[in-house]
Amino acid sequence: MGLVQNRVVAVLVLAGLVAALGLPFLTHAPNRLAAGTGIPLAQLVSDTAGQPIGSWLVWLVLLPALLLVAAVFTRPARSTQILVYLAATLLLTGLAGLAADHATQLAGQSGAIARTSLGGAFWLLAAFSWLAAADAMQRLALKPSWRLLGAGVVIVPLGLLLGGGAFKDLSLLKEYANRQDVFNTALWQHVQIVLASLLPALLIGVPLGLASSRSRALRPPLFAVLNVIQTVPSIALFGLLMAPLALLAASVPVLAQLGIKGIGMAPAVIALTLYALLPVVRSTAAGLSQVSLPVIEAAQGMGLTTQQIFWHVELPLALPIFLSGLRVATVQTIGMAVVAALIGAGGFGAIVFQGLLSGALDLVLLGVLPVVAMAVAVDALLKALALALEPDVND
Amino acid sequence: MIELQHVSKGFNGVTVIDDLCLHIARGEFTVILGSSGSGKSTLLKMINRLLEHDSGRIMFAGDEIRSFRPEDIRRRMGYAIQSVGLFPHWSVEKNIATVPTLLKWPSDRIHARVTELMTLLQLAPELYRKRYPHQLSGGQQQRVGVARALAGNPEVLLMDEPFGALDPVTRAALQLEIARIHKAFNKTIVLVTHDIDEALSLATRIVLLDQGRIVQSGTPLQMLSAPANGFVTDFFGRSDVGIKLLGLQSVATRLRAGEYAAGEPVLASSSLREALSMFLSRRVDRLPVVDGDGQALGVIDFSDLLDLRP
Repeated sequence: MGLVQNRVVAVLVLAGLVAALGLPFLTHAPNRLAAGTGIPLAQLVSDTAGQPIGSWLVWLVLLPALLLVAAVFTRPARSTQILVYLAATLLLTGLAGLAADHATQLAGQSGAIARTSLGGAFWLLAAFSWLAAADAMQRLALKPSWRLLGAGVVIVPLGLLLGGGAFKDLSLLKEYANRQDVFNTALWQHVQIVLASLLPALLIGVPLGLASSRSRALRPPLFAVLNVIQTVPSIALFGLLMAPLALLAASVPVLAQLGIKGIGMAPAVIALTLYALLPVVRSTAAGLSQVSLPVIEAAQGMGLTTQQIFWHVELPLALPIFLSGLRVATVQTIGMAVVAALIGAGGFGAIVFQGLLSGALDLVLLGVLPVVAMAVAVDALLKALALALEPDVND
Repeated sequence: MIELQHVSKGFNGVTVIDDLCLHIARGEFTVILGSSGSGKSTLLKMINRLLEHDSGRIMFAGDEIRSFRPEDIRRRMGYAIQSVGLFPHWSVEKNIATVPTLLKWPSDRIHARVTELMTLLQLAPELYRKRYPHQLSGGQQQRVGVARALAGNPEVLLMDEPFGALDPVTRAALQLEIARIHKAFNKTIVLVTHDIDEALSLATRIVLLDQGRIVQSGTPLQMLSAPANGFVTDFFGRSDVGIKLLGLQSVATRLRAGEYAAGEPVLASSSLREALSMFLSRRVDRLPVVDGDGQALGVIDFSDLLDLRP
């Protein structure tokens, strides 16, 4: 390989160059429905370079970019990896800052209904920066807890910029400003759907998993049923639930008053609960059955009661696997809840489908991005929890 | 201490323990010996009620064991098994403290007890107290397992092939350890094994089991010198019974005091088996005998080995 010392960064830099040259960094349109004109990164840099804040931002993009290019040819030592991580984080911040700054300028030049959206080059460069940072951390071989922290730190500057209102002139945030109420309702509904689905899934799934780990006979039929449910497409399951629920609501008025109908939250929650059952049951059963038999026998032999064995031995030993199952179930439910908007359950799916129907890409993103953020955040949270529960083996 | 009266046990209609009677006296080191499938593990597990016997009575310290809660009787009997069964999510300290914690001892007493046992089993307390089982070697894990079984100061120690998974050197070291603990604390120990040499070197009484029945029970010397039938002879190895017998007796039992011989001496505490080896390797028929301090005690003659006194 000779000259190139870090192939991953080399590939990312090359791909980044192609993206920066070939795709628009921003698109500017006279209104939210009209097709926009692309603005490449090069033009943006030359336009912005003369201005006081802009020139700072240009350097914040160029310097880390040059550092990354240099890293391609540097022997990958620990210090190089730390440098790559920092450069990638700075680059991500610079890119977002540059886009935000330019959007603000464009907003000053044109009317209120004009829209500036993030273009393909921005998204790709942001993704490549993230990958470079993640790769550097992987190579640093940090303890899992530090790696989690490192992954979080990359997005902190973006969060600060967002919180400070720097992105307010980007189309995405304009859509948000116009629909703040809708967004907040959707957020609340989405959280509601997810919690209302996971709670019963846990209440039913954990005992089922427990029972299946205790009785071999129960296992095959139980998992057969859960697997079948899992293979039914979500739309089909929503549809299947509509008819019986509508019938039920019509014949039992009390249920109708409680909000149980053929459409809306009730069928969505039931379907999502059913989907979440498989990972919950399977991880509970797997977690419990991997506790080694001699450990249980030793516990019995020393006079622990069945309950003590469950709480002090089986539960803590099963917990890491159970938590990974819960992670799968939660992330899956957050994602699937989007589709539930089709039967009137609300949530971010409502925003996504509204955007799709009206052809407003930024509206779609306004619905999708928080779902992704929510899934990533919950995933990280549960990972951190699993880490915290593991005994410290490095003392 | 423990008495089994006409105890039987079957699994799915197959008899594993067949009308077995056995009395284990206080302070005895009983080794239950048998090949796999002889019912020896079943026998042990019935004593602490990990398995329930079908018929007959099992008495512990004068009471029928079914008059206790199973948990209570188990806390009065230490229990160590082959695969150790240490709790992987607990430190060495917490593992050893399992039974004292169940018995609700005050924490300073538990702490002192853990230190005492770790010292007894030659695990440096300050070094290993906070370690986790997977950070220990197999031998160290087994030491923790034995310490854990002893922690509640049980009246009886039950051990199910405790050293089966260890390499010969580690196994010998732990056998020595357990023999020392038996002598020092006069504990009643019941150990299950299929290892004949382990049985011969540890037991004060061997119970040889076959198909759920006791074939013969007695001291190691009795088992070798007066086998009840062909099965016993075969089990202990027909061809090298003589060698095994020599292994049970010390040079001191054949000492000719006041006589003198030249050459490299043999320790009075060595077994006759070791003495035989020295006779053969040095091609002599008389060896000087010394005590642990190197003081001359007398001699042993090759012909003395033929005198197989029980």
